[in-house]
Amino acid sequence: MKYLVLVLVNLKRHKLRTVLTMLSILVAFLLFGYLSAIRTAFTAGIDVADLDRLIVRHKVSLIQLLPESYEARMEQVDGVEQALGQTWFGGYYQEQRNTFAQMPVKPDEFLDIYPEYVLPEAQSEAWLATRTGAIAGRQIAERYGWKVGDKVPITATIWTKSDGSTVWDFDLVGIYDAGEKGTDTTQFFFRYDYFDESRPDWGRGLVGWYTVRIDDPERAAEISAAIDAEFANSAAETKAEPEGAFLQGFANQIGDIGFIITSIVGMVFFTILLVAGNTMAYAVRERTNELAVLKALGFTDTGVLGLVLGEALLLTAVGGGLGLLLGWLMVSAGDPTNGFLPVFFIPGRDMVIGVILIVVTAFVAGILPALQAQRLRIADALRR
Amino acid sequence: MAGSFNWLSQVASITLFSVRTLPQRVGSSLTAVLGVAGVVAVMVAVLSIAHGVLRAMESSSAPENVIVLRSGATAEMMSGLSGDDVRHISEAPGIARNEDGAITSAELFVIIDLKKKTTGTDANVPLRGVTKAATAVHQDFRIVEGRMFERGLNEVVVGIGANFEFAGLDVGDSIEVAREQWPVVGIFEAGGGVSEAEIWVDAPVLQTAYRRGNSYQSVYAKLESPGAFQEFKDALTADPRLNVRPQREEEYYAQQSETLYMLITGLGTLIAVIMGVGAVFSALNTMYTAVAARSREIATLRALGFHAGPVVISVLVESLLLAVVGGAIGAAVAWVAFDGFRAATLNFASFSQMTFAFDVSLPLLVQGVVFALVIGFFGGLFPAVRAARLSVSEALREQ
Repeated sequence: MKYLVLVLVNLKRHKLRTVLTMLSILVAFLLFGYLSAIRTAFTAGIDVADLDRLIVRHKVSLIQLLPESYEARMEQVDGVEQALGQTWFGGYYQEQRNTFAQMPVKPDEFLDIYPEYVLPEAQSEAWLATRTGAIAGRQIAERYGWKVGDKVPITATIWTKSDGSTVWDFDLVGIYDAGEKGTDTTQFFFRYDYFDESRPDWGRGLVGWYTVRIDDPERAAEISAAIDAEFANSAAETKAEPEGAFLQGFANQIGDIGFIITSIVGMVFFTILLVAGNTMAYAVRERTNELAVLKALGFTDTGVLGLVLGEALLLTAVGGGLGLLLGWLMVSAGDPTNGFLPVFFIPGRDMVIGVILIVVTAFVAGILPALQAQRLRIADALRR
Repeated sequence: MAGSFNWLSQVASITLFSVRTLPQRVGSSLTAVLGVAGVVAVMVAVLSIAHGVLRAMESSSAPENVIVLRSGATAEMMSGLSGDDVRHISEAPGIARNEDGAITSAELFVIIDLKKKTTGTDANVPLRGVTKAATAVHQDFRIVEGRMFERGLNEVVVGIGANFEFAGLDVGDSIEVAREQWPVVGIFEAGGGVSEAEIWVDAPVLQTAYRRGNSYQSVYAKLESPGAFQEFKDALTADPRLNVRPQREEEYYAQQSETLYMLITGLGTLIAVIMGVGAVFSALNTMYTAVAARSREIATLRALGFHAGPVVISVLVESLLLAVVGGAIGAAVAWVAFDGFRAATLNFASFSQMTFAFDVSLPLLVQGVVFALVIGFFGGLFPAVRAARLSVSEALREQ
């Protein structure tokens, strides 16, 4: 207790300096939180990828289509529970810049395979009953102000209708919510049967890729190999891989976001360490006399070491804690790109890393001045 | 007149005095300098990515070039044009001609998976089927290694960016397309444009491999002059046989890079501003310390008859000086470390990889130093005011 009082009194000695140092630490941790949300957004889905799902695509490229008949053949492969075909529709709503993911799926299989897309019972029934029915994620529905029951026209860029028109009309029968943190709610799903009969002849019976649910995540590699073997030497060979690996590969296409973010955070923390370390060094140098007096009064060397380290810790904890909190508030307030990023939040794991970083930063900034204080010899210090 | 001279000479002498004493406060000054350097380095580096993307797109286009897609298609991949369409387009007025006829290239655009060297994971690499005039239409096409492919053969040439980023694209390697091996026979440059991320092959070869018959996806054409665009466009849109959308290359590429540019610039600016606020706190700390350390000296000067104004300015100048040194260091670090640094990213519009080089340009460096000055100004302002308000008697009484 007496230590805490001492630490507090010392921090109050130069209020302005304490506050400014705290604020620069605050900014560092705010950035840490914010950048972690950005990293999460770019690697969206990897952390929440389901271990029991595989993605099967055309071996040459994701844009090459696969026959619809593969679904049944894949479901025969040992370990495969269900295969769901999906296709990139690539349309937009009203204006060309309003692009988002739209995919035709078989609704019953879709709801089965993606438990994290939460849809009220009545809405999923409506979807099963409405051929032109579609469901949208909460985020995208809010962005365009859609409500259940609305008619949503989507302009096709790839899939013009067989009658030559480019606008597809959908009935919005449901809005799904995220079942877990990190679930993408910017997508739009509609029915495959409606899609297949209205699209032109050249594309009929083809799908973009398959999402496959397997019975045992441990056997993912083995089942992937079995699926690829099933279609080897055919006109459309496949590449199967776990959903997480697929998403990671896709994130890598954008660039090494993780590396860029880590570099920036590293730079920020290096600077902050300088600032905090410098402040602590100053505080100790100024108080050489007092520290010597404390020692003369019977404080141990370790006690004085603890005092200085404690000061660094309190300073960093308050600044860093507020920074993380503010970062979290800023991230919760919304994403800076106005909905371009599919998810935007700070994962719990990164919050824990943030707290660990607070302790590490405090220690690194405080240890040199603290050691200096510990080694202080009473006679030398008082003579100055 | 004499008064203002006196005032200026006061500014000069106090400033000189404070700058001379800088070495005594080396620790805290260095902190401020490095703090600003860090901010400026990060800002310049991140923005140079956005500039690099923009520059790659800009160098892909020429003012007199046009691209024709099926109407409704926003990128080549979504487009489709028949052999007849291509013929009608090539006959349109306004197109430049050389000894081979109209300078138009009908092209096919597909994507193949190749491994990215840095990560070992698959990347969408554009594979483009081109016709003979392609080398005349596309900007600054030049073979830098090996040779051009032979027309009609399963041979490919690879852009220098693709060669750098993706595995297995050196001359002598071969790529697998439609279960055949196509040898790489040459490497080309295209003035830093997006073509440098592509692999090129003779269009009929690609049509056969992908069973596309005689269809294409886009027509690139060189016009007689940029001004001929309206005539060209009117002719195509009026032609009842065609359902196409002609665009200037400049517009097409600007639109392709818009999302990416805005995204990187937006995030980069945001990060820089937050970091800048942090640096202001650090600079404030330094300058308050500097003022506190010299409060007796400042008070002495005031007692000797120096005005408050010159004192304020001297503190501000010191702060700006530290910031500008930091800014220069940061900008220099970013320039040395990142200018010309090659990278690849996914172009969302074409759903394929584009390669670019980080572009640390002079305006960007200036922007960095200006940002440093802003940090220095705010970091020095309040301490300067405190210095001016210092009560002479109290300051002299201290210690």
